[in-house]
Amino acid sequence: MAEVQHKLEIFRGLLKFKSNQTKIWAVLAVLSIVTIVEVALGIVKPKILLELFLGMKTINWIFILLTFAKAYYITWDFMHMRDEKSGLRNSVVLPLVILVLFLVALLLVEADYIFQVKYNGFLSWDF
Amino acid sequence: MDLQITESSEIKKDWEGGVKPLKASYGKLMMWFFIVSDALTFSGFLASYGFTRFKHITTWPIADEVFYHFPFLHSIEAPMYYVALMTFILIFSSVTMVLAVDAGHYMKQKKVAFYMLLTIIGGLVFLGSQAWEWKTFITGQYGAVETRGGQILQFMDAKTGKRAYIDDFAQEIQYDLTTHENHQGVWFEQQSVDQITLEEVVAGFKENDQILIRTEMIIDNQKQLLSRQESITKIDDAVRVVRGANLVRNEYGNRLFANYFFFITGFHGFHVFSGVIINIIIFINILLGTYQRRGHYEMVEKVGLYWHFVDLVWVFVFTFFYLV
Repeated sequence: MAEVQHKLEIFRGLLKFKSNQTKIWAVLAVLSIVTIVEVALGIVKPKILLELFLGMKTINWIFILLTFAKAYYITWDFMHMRDEKSGLRNSVVLPLVILVLFLVALLLVEADYIFQVKYNGFLSWDF
Repeated sequence: MDLQITESSEIKKDWEGGVKPLKASYGKLMMWFFIVSDALTFSGFLASYGFTRFKHITTWPIADEVFYHFPFLHSIEAPMYYVALMTFILIFSSVTMVLAVDAGHYMKQKKVAFYMLLTIIGGLVFLGSQAWEWKTFITGQYGAVETRGGQILQFMDAKTGKRAYIDDFAQEIQYDLTTHENHQGVWFEQQSVDQITLEEVVAGFKENDQILIRTEMIIDNQKQLLSRQESITKIDDAVRVVRGANLVRNEYGNRLFANYFFFITGFHGFHVFSGVIINIIIFINILLGTYQRRGHYEMVEKVGLYWHFVDLVWVFVFTFFYLV
């Protein structure tokens, strides 16, 4: 196979690497740092982040955001999505984003409704 | 205005086959196809986990209190370190996989084989870690009792402020045991005599004034602790002792918690397992020189996509089971 051309920059061109291998190690560093931040936050659990924000604890929003950051780097650099044509990129990512957001939004709203009914509608449901 | 329809040779060429509009081979596209559908499957599982959790938002088990074990560190509470380690192992095996793919582009057979071997080892270590995690989860630690309504009551030691083991405070009751004889049949042989009974737990609980009951209810990010008086009333609701976890009940709290844990991490673990098997097949092919003769290592790339996907799913499982 002919030598494959890789796009060798991450952070929107802020970091550019000489070879694909150095880029891989840099992405590993990014993923490790994000994981370490997640674990540290999970252990420390700062009080201020335990407040509710849009129906969920702030810390959980941060965890989910960091998870998506990790997912982005795994797909874009490990799975070489960065090097694919935008047609392939969009046909993989868009259906997932749209369908999963739709599913999660519906299910969580419904679950909250059931919770409210149980919690407010019964004298006791945990006995 | 003249309307001219020309059949350009360019367009005609597009319809004669052999064109790759996405600049990716058939095999790679199909792997992406599979990954999208598998991602939707996992999304379905995780979304239904979210559904159940939001439905029981005030009584769901707190992950830190369930997963705090670390191999060789007994009775030290180390929440999350172990899963963080597992995450690193999987991410690292993902890195060796990209390196294998990269070496494949330069047709370096030995290097591809070496990185592939590291990837397989990483996968096996991850599987072993998960087996240990399951074993710890299934065995359980402190033990609890269950009420008629299926609620789990755990025990706290008011003196130390820590969870109390039911073995520690349960009062041994001498039951009249009769020797089992062959003519009575064989079905009784399975039951172990040194299992703690509910009677023993309740008796021990009534003896020890410092033992309090902790309910499933979460108040201010902590499980509700009953006073001694409330605990004494509550213990009457208990109907059975629960140790560890299975698909019916678990000592950590909500029954569905263990079910989702087994199902989602099990399904992911099965993906890792099949990934390791596929990696081994590819590894053997690399050693045999199949891809060297074929002139390209695209097969490694396709398997690599699957392997990274498994890593990607774990990132989400890690977040939703252990962090959130």
